[in-house]
Amino acid sequence: MSVDHTDDADVGAGPPAAILRRLEGLPHEVGVAKPDPILVADSVHRQFGGLVAVDVDHVEIQRGVITALIGPNGAGKTTFFNLLTGFDEPDRGRWTFDGDDVTGRSGYKLARSGMVRTFQLTKSLSRMSVIENMKLGAQSQRGERFWSSLMPLAWKAQEKENEERAEALLERFRLDHMRDEFAGSLSGGQRKLLELARALMADPHLIMLDEPMAGVNPALTQSLLGHIKSLRDEGHTVLFVEHDMDVVHDISDWVVVMAEGQVIAEGPPESIGTNQEVIDAYLGAHHDLDLGGSDER
Amino acid sequence: MQWDLIFSNALYAAVAINAIGYALIAVGLNVHFGYTGLLNFGQAGFAAIGAYAVAVVVAQYDWSLWAAIPLIFVGGMLLGLLIGIPTLRLRADYLAIVTIAASEIIRLFLSSERFRWLFGGTDGLQGFTGDMQELNPFSGRFRVWAQSFGAYDLFMILVGWSIVALVSLLVYSLMRSPWGRVLRSIREDEDAARSLGKNVFSYKMQSLVVGGVIGALGGAVIAIGNRAAQPGNYSTTLTFFAYTILILGGVARVKGPIIGAMIFWFTITLVDNVLAEAVRTDSVPEWLPSWLQVTDSNFGQVKFIIAGSALALLVVFRPQGIFGDRREQVFDVR
Repeated sequence: MSVDHTDDADVGAGPPAAILRRLEGLPHEVGVAKPDPILVADSVHRQFGGLVAVDVDHVEIQRGVITALIGPNGAGKTTFFNLLTGFDEPDRGRWTFDGDDVTGRSGYKLARSGMVRTFQLTKSLSRMSVIENMKLGAQSQRGERFWSSLMPLAWKAQEKENEERAEALLERFRLDHMRDEFAGSLSGGQRKLLELARALMADPHLIMLDEPMAGVNPALTQSLLGHIKSLRDEGHTVLFVEHDMDVVHDISDWVVVMAEGQVIAEGPPESIGTNQEVIDAYLGAHHDLDLGGSDER
Repeated sequence: MQWDLIFSNALYAAVAINAIGYALIAVGLNVHFGYTGLLNFGQAGFAAIGAYAVAVVVAQYDWSLWAAIPLIFVGGMLLGLLIGIPTLRLRADYLAIVTIAASEIIRLFLSSERFRWLFGGTDGLQGFTGDMQELNPFSGRFRVWAQSFGAYDLFMILVGWSIVALVSLLVYSLMRSPWGRVLRSIREDEDAARSLGKNVFSYKMQSLVVGGVIGALGGAVIAIGNRAAQPGNYSTTLTFFAYTILILGGVARVKGPIIGAMIFWFTITLVDNVLAEAVRTDSVPEWLPSWLQVTDSNFGQVKFIIAGSALALLVVFRPQGIFGDRREQVFDVR
């Protein structure tokens, strides 16, 4: 898959320009303090038997920008991601989200407090319609409580509101013509779009995307990248896992590189390609960036 | 052969008390399996709890039947919580193992000699339906076509189908609400539901309790309608019949289990009557191979072989069941 990346991260576009400028002055070193971090992780450790999958000392994610978490296969990106989003439990470590200590908080509670994730293998709900998928994303629904679900008057108005919001999002992601189809009948790329749109229904402060480009054809990749950039321009914070360097160059404002469970480098995307540690991690240890190692977990 | 008698028998079975009870039990299972994707293989246990909750306190402790009815709900709820708390956090297959074991434990307890003083052993309990019989406005015997039945049967059929209608209305309104949408999302992918802020454990528990209470209600209807609670009626076979009914009628459809129960009882009774009649009039064709020769001693088993094959064929040629949506079959469940 080749992606045109002649224009690098578009610094200066839209409202986050000020924040991007603040990122510019930061030293390119591991664990550097950000001016306004939304997520701060300390000494997060996860071990599977004898294998240390994640051992992150300190990392901060800046609010309002797109941060990429990259690394060769088996670097522990997805495991770290699962820990932060409450889908796995660490052996030790602490992290805060929006200033609150959320260590060990379960996935659904984190989602409620504004950290919404997607999955590497898209989890569209196949035997539910696209619009139902969307409406599921809305938070604090009165109709989702058992007793009030039996009284349509208690939730009909809210449901209508959610439906309108869902339809607007579907239109934006060009899925409106699929509104009443089963989500299982969507193409792989459309499912990625649906998952992203559904996550937005939850009004997240931080959107965590696990390999949003995996399995998406190049044409749709561009539109997906555009959507992710526009999320940032609207004030959302995005953290995504990726191992395609082209994609990373194209949209990220800041890059965190992991290898063998640790963060080995940080910096704006331009600085990463020339970082010796990163080149070693990608090429020295594994020789081939695309094939990666055999120790993928 | 007396075809009119055979057919009226089969038609009667399709609306009689067992069809009603099985329909309710399958409606409960539909909440678990059809809507939430919970593999509950212990629905018979819920039904047994419902039946004995009423039978024990009325027959042994002289409660009024009406005072005992809330116990059906309490019993179903407690069993749901008891099974759900340790297993609902685990993978689906564990729930299947635990529920099937729990329902067997319940049945063996109910039929044990040690507790005969309470549960009546394998004979079960009788004489707890007096209050219901007093309420019966009908008297005498009734005859429709070649079928004759008693006043109490007619009364219980009316009461039973009213309960089925009410419960179906409840399930219908639950499932078209956002609450039901969360259940279906858990069936499709519980991690996705979790990532959207849904407390999956709590919803699975609610589903287990709601479906369990409906199952308990079905068990109680069977006991009250048959004027007896017997442990043999609540073996694992009941659970598997309920699954057959559910798949036959169409999973995750409100009318699926109801029509399924009617077809199930019609088919079973039809085959049973035809075989019994063939044996009685000695008209089993000579040319059938020996293993198909139906006799007095084996027609009970052959009945299930034939009925089972018929139901299997129906499922092969119409996998979505009678009311299912063909399109849903196209997508893998996982």
